[in-house]
Amino acid sequence: MINRLRTSFLAMPYAIWVLICTILPLFYILGYAINTGDGSFTLSNLIAITDPVHLKSLGLSIQIALITTIICLILAYPVALILHNLKISNKGFIVFLFILPMWMNFMLRILAWQNILSNNGILNSILSALGLPTIHILYTKAAVILGMVYDFLPYMILPIYNSLSKINDEVIEAASDLGSSWLNTFFKITLPLSKDGIISGIIMVFVPALSSFVVSNLLGGGKVLLIGNVIEQEFTLARNWNLGSGLSIILMLFVLASMSIMNKVDDSENGGMLI
Amino acid sequence: MEFIQYDHVSKSYGKQLVLDELNLYVKENSFVTLLGPSGCGKTTTLRLLGGFEKPDSGKIYLNGNDITALPANLRPINTVFQKYALFPHMTIAENIAFGLKIQKKSKEYIDDKIKYALKLVNLDGFEKRSIDSLSGGQQQRIAIARAIVNEPKVLLLDEPLGALDLKLRQSMQYELMKIKQELGITFIYVTHDQEEALTMSDTIVVMNQGYIQQIGTPEDIYNEPENAFVADFIGESNIIEGIMIKDELVSFLGVQVPCVDKGFGTMKPVDVVIRPEDVELGEPGKGFMDGVITDCLFKGVHYELDVQCGQYEWLVHTTKYFEVGQHVSLNVIPFNIQIMNKPESEDEEVMKEND
Repeated sequence: MINRLRTSFLAMPYAIWVLICTILPLFYILGYAINTGDGSFTLSNLIAITDPVHLKSLGLSIQIALITTIICLILAYPVALILHNLKISNKGFIVFLFILPMWMNFMLRILAWQNILSNNGILNSILSALGLPTIHILYTKAAVILGMVYDFLPYMILPIYNSLSKINDEVIEAASDLGSSWLNTFFKITLPLSKDGIISGIIMVFVPALSSFVVSNLLGGGKVLLIGNVIEQEFTLARNWNLGSGLSIILMLFVLASMSIMNKVDDSENGGMLI
Repeated sequence: MEFIQYDHVSKSYGKQLVLDELNLYVKENSFVTLLGPSGCGKTTTLRLLGGFEKPDSGKIYLNGNDITALPANLRPINTVFQKYALFPHMTIAENIAFGLKIQKKSKEYIDDKIKYALKLVNLDGFEKRSIDSLSGGQQQRIAIARAIVNEPKVLLLDEPLGALDLKLRQSMQYELMKIKQELGITFIYVTHDQEEALTMSDTIVVMNQGYIQQIGTPEDIYNEPENAFVADFIGESNIIEGIMIKDELVSFLGVQVPCVDKGFGTMKPVDVVIRPEDVELGEPGKGFMDGVITDCLFKGVHYELDVQCGQYEWLVHTTKYFEVGQHVSLNVIPFNIQIMNKPESEDEEVMKEND
């Protein structure tokens, strides 16, 4: 009993932090969302999502987040698998190399991509030097997706790598002992046993990709208007905090819905994980 | 050619030589135990046969075929792993069916096999249960069931009872022997537990430092150890340096004692091995030497005594109680005195120093 009290006491700093920095702001946003500017109750800020401009942005956000997640998964899984199967002693160093880009400022990295992709940028200089036609990729959907994949890839690699590391080597040996080929072992044993990591990775990439606005600002140049950009503009340019909050709440519902769908997939085997 | 044959097999990990020119033959339908301390190469020997390791040099034959280069999934051999290695995301039935599905057996065949295997390991009706719901002993039985449904020619068991508690280990030993009888296939069993080896096997291969020390029946290994390592590793022993004066007469600790061993030559240095249960204690002056009891521990079936005779302290097992400080005589009948050659080659010397 005393022990339990002591442990809950240790959780107090975090509890205070969450209360001040997460729960209170959440109520404020909810308050703004169901208010008109002059303080009377309304649902119009929430219903505003049905506005064709907003719907289009939300649709685009979901589309880009999905494509980003899928590309990250396709790139990350083989990398994680190769990393896991490396027969070297300082595996930790190689994993460290993969998360090294995360040490550099996020804005700086995206600005670098802006330079690389611009019409007179490094990419086109190389292409024209090789006698190939130049491409105009900056300020397109493709550039935004590229930026997001670049940015979020480590968040997909790490959880998958971790879940692969948890698989007992003897289990893989047992499969081949029972006559299983490499490919069969991968699909029947390795892949199902790394499902937890895949789901964590999907959530960790999909959720920030859905609400991101910086990448689309810098690499989309205002031409790729994601729901995150709409919300940002409502707060900064239009100064309509009520509409911005309303759209934020709707976006949050989409995030929660996608996470609970992923957890449902996961629940079929073992207990839920992230929420 | 024998059923299984290791032909000059060597294996090293990095700079460490684990097996050096190993030659080993296994008869079909035998229960062979590889016994030795950890790091002796017994598990590597097993894993080479399972196909999980490739030898650096040498060949391995099964039924006359060279299987050295054959990958694990193509060998007619199945393994029971030390930590069970069950597939945690599958039910028990799916675990057992794994190998059969790869062989594309019919559903009826697979269902029959699962039923038969579960009955054999005393877990009938467990088909739909999850792996998590099983105890360690039950998980190991499922691992056995999963291996044997494939009707392997050889079943490899890598310290399968190592993680179980003593009582369970003993009952599983009898079950394994029963399963072996029922299936009539070759078992190759790895353990560091000498009691397990003596109970179950019909042949024991004692290994140390990558070398085979002795191959024989459990009785041979226990009663006629070939060198000091085997004598020391299998059961407890008094190992004393002595000199073989002539056939059937050995001298150690300053006394000359008759024995039954011959052919060592005259005045040859030897090791004398006497099992603690073979020493008979009597009144002072009635044996080949006298001593004083320095310790007496009750061990259940017997008392474990330390008897000091000059510089040497004997280990003695008796069913009679003796006071500490009591003067006694020691006697051993000639048949129970085991004479062993002193190690001559460098390899053997290494083994002895590291025991």
